[in-house]
Amino acid sequence: MESFPVFTNTDVQDSPTTLNLGPTHPATHGVFQNVLQMDGERIVSGVSTIGYIHRAFEKIAEHRPFYQITPLTDRMNYCSSPINNMGWHMTVEKLLDIKTPKRVDYLRVIVMELARIADHIICNGVLGVDTGAFTGFLYMMEYREAIYEIYEEVCGSRLTTNIGRIGGFERDFNEIAFRKIRKFLVDFPVVLKEFESLFNRNRIFIDRTRGVAPVDAETALSYSWSGPILRATGVDYDVRAMEPYSSYEDFDFEVPVGTNGDVYNRFMVRNEEMKQSMHIISQALEKLEKEPKGVFHADVPEYYLPPKQEVYNNMEALIYHFKIVMGEVKTPVKEVYHAVEGANGELGFYLINDGGRSPFRLHFRRPSFINYQMYAPMSKGMLLSDAIINMSSLNIIAGELDA
Amino acid sequence: MGKISNEEVINQLNSKFGEQIVLLSEPSDLPNFETSREKITDVLSFLKTDPTFQFNYLTDITAVHYPDKEKKFAVVYHLHSFVNNVRIRVKVFLTEDDVHIPTATNLWNGANWMERETYDYFGIEFDGHPDLRRILNVDDMTVFPMRKEFPLEDPNRVDKRDYFFGR
Repeated sequence: MESFPVFTNTDVQDSPTTLNLGPTHPATHGVFQNVLQMDGERIVSGVSTIGYIHRAFEKIAEHRPFYQITPLTDRMNYCSSPINNMGWHMTVEKLLDIKTPKRVDYLRVIVMELARIADHIICNGVLGVDTGAFTGFLYMMEYREAIYEIYEEVCGSRLTTNIGRIGGFERDFNEIAFRKIRKFLVDFPVVLKEFESLFNRNRIFIDRTRGVAPVDAETALSYSWSGPILRATGVDYDVRAMEPYSSYEDFDFEVPVGTNGDVYNRFMVRNEEMKQSMHIISQALEKLEKEPKGVFHADVPEYYLPPKQEVYNNMEALIYHFKIVMGEVKTPVKEVYHAVEGANGELGFYLINDGGRSPFRLHFRRPSFINYQMYAPMSKGMLLSDAIINMSSLNIIAGELDA
Repeated sequence: MGKISNEEVINQLNSKFGEQIVLLSEPSDLPNFETSREKITDVLSFLKTDPTFQFNYLTDITAVHYPDKEKKFAVVYHLHSFVNNVRIRVKVFLTEDDVHIPTATNLWNGANWMERETYDYFGIEFDGHPDLRRILNVDDMTVFPMRKEFPLEDPNRVDKRDYFFGR
């Protein structure tokens, strides 16, 4: 297969037209290039070219101490970076055999579910925009802002959050954060309902999405799909339910599944997941009431940076601070694979540690990368406009695709 | 469905493949199996199709470079059985002068890009792969950047060497 077809002088009517969709096409929401062979409006074949924002995170990670890898994970799926951060912290905790207190787990669940909602807001909102309905996107976007404000209260930043530390959080959630979370839980369901009433039974939207790019469960599994798009095909695989991490086993939630895996099913699965996420958050808030106040990290002074106040006034804290920052902490020689349910699917971290201050090898199993490889084959025979909304509903994030 | 134990997997695999597959003893969270290049396709297809195991989901393919070992490259497969809810890891070690291994694209379509990524990073040649090209790096790159001999920073820089930190 040639990636860059050569222009020939044959009659245009007889041969397919070559169309470069991307790398900077406004409808693809990111740096994606697909070289398509078009017959009129139909796609005859396509070749995906990726790697435009490849930043060699796996190589960089081999040269950074564990706590400096968290900001790298931010920049993978930047629509839901807290999930990536938490996934990385939990991977290291698995390596170091740290048991986090329940309160930390519940706080993490809150942040991760907020991130999932933020990600699904973007995906479903943009799907609406691509089918010609801007209103829903505008209504929902305000609530992504509300989520970002909660992040701001928790960690100080908004998009690339670098939230939490190995062993817990860098500080406790303040009252404003809890107030904003509670407000979000009251306000957002109203808007989500409004959003659904704009789309779910909308004739135009249904005509545009139903039956577009259907995928059966077998094909999806063969392509190692995961996340909402796999669940839309009817496979109930959710890492949160299959291998609960961060005390997800304490929560009562449903894993929504679709039937035929088309764009409409994916849209509906994501909407339902947002409701489930809110249900999880409200349960987490209830559970937090019963936990001892003020616990926001595990008691592991060898790995958890002490507060600055103590570093200046307490010798032990100063020693630990020095050891952690200079990478003098002993870490076990071990291999671990830890997976979390990212907003797009199974986000895995395969970490090989040789006892040094940085990983010997760190591999990210990035759901966008693995989900996207079916895009070109499945676009065959599709209308160009359907291929665009298909890409929207796959929710491919360029940062995660290229790492 | 209950979990199947590591012993059960290794017993079944041993009875099928004899000494061709071994359970590695390195500390790890998942059972680590090692097999040979000749057997990998059979092992993977057995694990995928066997009615008790049904490791039908290919989670990941990647490689590791061990510059100090005799066999310098390890190709690592992560498999997941949804039916039993259990994961395993299968490794194949390769020497530097012969980095060929059969492709897994015949078993899983999803192996395609994972193998391309592995080729791009480490130069592992997957025989029988339909389209083995670089995927993330530029096509005319001449090296395989994830190999340990390629430094991230300026190799002449000495201020970050381990001996300055007592290591």
